[in-house]
Amino acid sequence: MAAFSAVKIFQPNPTAVRSSDNHNNKPFLLGSSSSFLQRSLKSRSPISSISPSRTFISAVSIQEDNKKSLSSSPLNSSSMMITKEEALELYEDMVLGRSFEDMCAQMYYRGKMFGFVHLYNGQEAVSSGFIKLLKREDSVVSTYRDHVHALSKGVPARSVMAELFGKATGCCRGQGGSMHMFSKEHNVLGGFAFIGEGIPIATGAAFTSKYRREVLKEQDVDHVTLAFFGDGTCNNGQFFECLNMAALWKLPIVFVVENNLWAIGMSHLRATSDPEIYKKGPAFKMPGVHVDGMDVLKVREVAKEAVERARRGDGPTLVECETYRFRGHSLADPDELRKPEEKEHYAARDPIVSLKKYLIENNLASESELKAIEKKIDEIIEEAVEFADASPHPPRSQLLENVFADPKGFGIGPDGRYRCEDPGFTQGTAQV
Amino acid sequence: MLGIIRRKIVTGGVPVSKFGDSLQKQSWVLSRCLSTAAKEITVREALNTALDEEMSADPKVFLMGEEVGEYDGAYKISKGLLEKYGPDRVIDTPITEAGFTGIGVGAAYHGLRPVIEFMTFNFSMQAIDHIINSAAKSNYMSAGQMNVPIVFRGPNGAAAGVGAQHSQCFAAWYASCPGLKVLSPYSSEDARGLLKAAIRDPDPVVFLENELLYGQSFPVSAEVLDSSFCLPIGKAKIEREGKDVTITAYSKMVGYALQAADILAKDGISAEVINLRSIRPLDRAAINASVRKTNRLVTVEEGFPQHGVGAEICASIVEESFGYLDAPVERIAGADVPMPYAANLERLAVPQVEDIVRAAKRTCYRSVAKAANA
Repeated sequence: MAAFSAVKIFQPNPTAVRSSDNHNNKPFLLGSSSSFLQRSLKSRSPISSISPSRTFISAVSIQEDNKKSLSSSPLNSSSMMITKEEALELYEDMVLGRSFEDMCAQMYYRGKMFGFVHLYNGQEAVSSGFIKLLKREDSVVSTYRDHVHALSKGVPARSVMAELFGKATGCCRGQGGSMHMFSKEHNVLGGFAFIGEGIPIATGAAFTSKYRREVLKEQDVDHVTLAFFGDGTCNNGQFFECLNMAALWKLPIVFVVENNLWAIGMSHLRATSDPEIYKKGPAFKMPGVHVDGMDVLKVREVAKEAVERARRGDGPTLVECETYRFRGHSLADPDELRKPEEKEHYAARDPIVSLKKYLIENNLASESELKAIEKKIDEIIEEAVEFADASPHPPRSQLLENVFADPKGFGIGPDGRYRCEDPGFTQGTAQV
Repeated sequence: MLGIIRRKIVTGGVPVSKFGDSLQKQSWVLSRCLSTAAKEITVREALNTALDEEMSADPKVFLMGEEVGEYDGAYKISKGLLEKYGPDRVIDTPITEAGFTGIGVGAAYHGLRPVIEFMTFNFSMQAIDHIINSAAKSNYMSAGQMNVPIVFRGPNGAAAGVGAQHSQCFAAWYASCPGLKVLSPYSSEDARGLLKAAIRDPDPVVFLENELLYGQSFPVSAEVLDSSFCLPIGKAKIEREGKDVTITAYSKMVGYALQAADILAKDGISAEVINLRSIRPLDRAAINASVRKTNRLVTVEEGFPQHGVGAEICASIVEESFGYLDAPVERIAGADVPMPYAANLERLAVPQVEDIVRAAKRTCYRSVAKAANA
């Protein structure tokens, strides 16, 4: 049961064809009494109105159509069209992610941050490859391993760092912490600390986009939501429940599985009856795509297609990115169960090193240009730490705030005043 | 069957174990003074040995949860059990709280005795339907045909620096549900005796441990270390006798209450500390007897104040011992907010020893220094 067998299983299927989206793209018909979700079903009525046996056959053919896989072309394949600016943006974002997380480890061991801290090292190609394609209005829903997703989406490094330091200047004023990064401004809808928990949230965000477009008739609402989660989550019921609903209602969402092969100490192969996660997409009538998650250009190609499909209103895609975390599950994980050979295998496929090599070999960037980017990132990270360190702790008065949306938290009384009495029972504990 | 009879004798010996408690307390005091006499074990060792002994005594007992096997438990509570009992009885599950909790309850319907570990009780929210609707109600709905001997266990309560979703106490939540028994150990003695009782119990038991206590050592007597040791469910323990004020607490807060009692003693206030041990059923008799003696009550818990364990205790005192009270009851609980992440706010959000001292002094009408600013 070597972990290497996972690598074999996950090889893209060379016989799989890349489909063009040739199935029904009709706009939704506006019926008079049915809900907008029902209407989306009606738009597929040619299938549902025919005989059961044909329904079954056509379902299978859709499954075949939707079976996608990138040919196993290496990074320098000519099919990968990318401009210099795009490539350098990806490089910068990946270096930012890596350096930020390395700094987090240092700061954690110096006692500047605390609790559970899950680092993203090794998986940068997934975050950068997907999120850098998004518009600001597009949403990202993450997990407890959320720092880098927030950074890729544009949350400044200093406010993520300050959050980790538990400071009032953090993106959640020190009330969220490592696993709960939120930024309304950047449409980072949160890091969710429980397995599977973020998936329904993301599905709900995608539902909202569709509702706004088709029920509220708002213009220019073509927003896409990305739901990030790991291989372990794909055994959780909420994953299946949401694949079903997202496909059923053609929601503008991409389910991004960051399959790093391990759920803490549970090997993916030991936890999952069929380890090829992307195959679960066709079971719900959505495309399932497998991609090498250590290759940012391949990730970007797949992401582009999936995001565009969602934006067009053609529904969700399940994308399985085969990646690897270079550190333990969290900084508290002794990481004793992953074999050294396996770690070496993936360390040799470091996505940042690979991109650097590609950029230089294809004359997209020079050594010195990349050095300059690395130096810039170093300065950003240094500045972030200095900012976080110098920032004030949240004031005592903050403790009772934000329980509710109204400013003081305990509702507005009939006299128009905030009912913010410090309840007697917290006396001595929370004298604000 | 023989095993069950043996258990009945052991758990039936309540007076004996009560007597043992007072002996226990003396030896604890002695060992504190001499710091050599009694053997000490950590709460983690206490839980591990209790699991080990119960699995060894009854092959129907099995352990299931995330990372309980090859990883030795996320908090190393099940260390060595996979090696000893094999993967058939120490079962690593995928991350599927709703799934594996449901499987456990189904197994208990058919006569097995599962111990379901939640990596932390926060994750039990994903499976609460199985705990309440599947496990707690079956015996009643089936008119006693379908009992569910299952233990749901794992760390509960405020941890450190892990934010709102990973830091909360579920004692009051589960204790409000008929059909469940809810235990919350403090010391190594509690952990061993109560976990063994929970596994042997014919009903579903929610067993709330505390992550911050796992590494703490407590002196234990030879009786506690004996494999037949078991504590009665539904009985509180007087951890420290006193005459001026009663302080009730459970889990980590018992330690805080004992520290507060030490400080109060220096000011001439003699506090009686009750370790609840069992949140449901609640030992109302012991609490009321103590309040009738001291005429003052301070309740301490980490959980949210509203509808909390303290609220229930206050109600019981008002109902049964109203005329004995010489001062308003003081209720100390976590602040009524989701747990903040920042360390300074987090400290403000959970009860501290000073809070207990101040509250106790207020009940005794002593002047109280104002809380220091954060």
